[in-house]
Amino acid sequence: MRDNLDIIAETGFQFFGKMTASITHEIKNVLAIINENAGLLEDITLMADRGKPVEPQRLKTLAQAVIKQISRADTIVKNLNRFAHSADESLKSVDLNDILELVVVLSNRLAAMRGIELEPKLQETPVKIKTSPFLLMNLIWLFLDFAMDATGDRRIVELTIQQAGSGAQMRFRGLQGLAQAPLDTFPAERERNLLNMLGAELVVDIKKDEFAVKLAADIDKDEQT
Amino acid sequence: MKIRVLLVDDEEEFVRTLSDRLTLRDYDITASLSGDDAIEKIKQYNYDVVILDVAMPGIGGIDALREIKKIKPLTEVIMLTGHGTVETAIEGMKLGAFDFLMKPCNMEDLDTKIKKAQARKAEHEERIRAAKVSDIISSPRSVLEDD
Repeated sequence: MRDNLDIIAETGFQFFGKMTASITHEIKNVLAIINENAGLLEDITLMADRGKPVEPQRLKTLAQAVIKQISRADTIVKNLNRFAHSADESLKSVDLNDILELVVVLSNRLAAMRGIELEPKLQETPVKIKTSPFLLMNLIWLFLDFAMDATGDRRIVELTIQQAGSGAQMRFRGLQGLAQAPLDTFPAERERNLLNMLGAELVVDIKKDEFAVKLAADIDKDEQT
Repeated sequence: MKIRVLLVDDEEEFVRTLSDRLTLRDYDITASLSGDDAIEKIKQYNYDVVILDVAMPGIGGIDALREIKKIKPLTEVIMLTGHGTVETAIEGMKLGAFDFLMKPCNMEDLDTKIKKAQARKAEHEERIRAAKVSDIISSPRSVLEDD
């Protein structure tokens, strides 16, 4: 039987790979747009050489399109950087709003590919816990992955966070297809290992079309075994 | 007659700019932002070549390719791919795609591939036409009975 840490490491690598593949694909799309805009500028210049007048407005529009894509790429790279740094510290005080927002931003493209919309409802005040940011993001992604297959016809996953006692709770809601989802194999071994590692607990409520993860305030103090 | 091209990609800005560039090269371009929309357009109109993004929300490039080949088998498809989806593009070749191109595209490559794809379609159409003519000449009665 494999060691729990091996499973967590393997799951983490898969998560990192999945996210970076999706993000770099998005960067490729941005580069493709910039490439076409630059190409169009070149085409216009060649036409100008042949005597066709250049419309300044058209040039302005192309320049604006490039600026817009550079700004988009900048946001994507910033998020990738935040994601990479989530593995810097194995234990850290975090605001769940930030963690959830980042996972959603990283997962949006993957969700869209499956025709799913993610609706995070963040809190105005910080929801702080002390945890392993990378492992928590990994767990949220795995649950999100499961939730996306349980939306039924609604095709929306609502995500909420709230303080619960000394810890916090994250809910995956609006899952109209939850009753039909393979709950006998959920959570699987990898999710169970992460739950244990994070001192977290999964609560499934089919009647409410949702499941929730209860997170310990400090995994150093409340770690479950 | 201009080569009729359907350009399918969910990145609106990419579709708009590439459409402009291909129009400048004298292609007759129709743009589509999803696989579903592309399939509807292919049912209604005849295109010579479809440029199809592999990774799109909803119906993906591979499923769209299958549908296109079912609806209009002679229409040639060039798959567009990012680096992470080359294997999918190769799968597309096995399913009958004419060729594939990596994003960001090189315009000369794309231009050449579109022309080659259109030439292959024209060649297939010509062969079918010739076979029909040959049928009529060798057995005019059977053709009349068919009608």
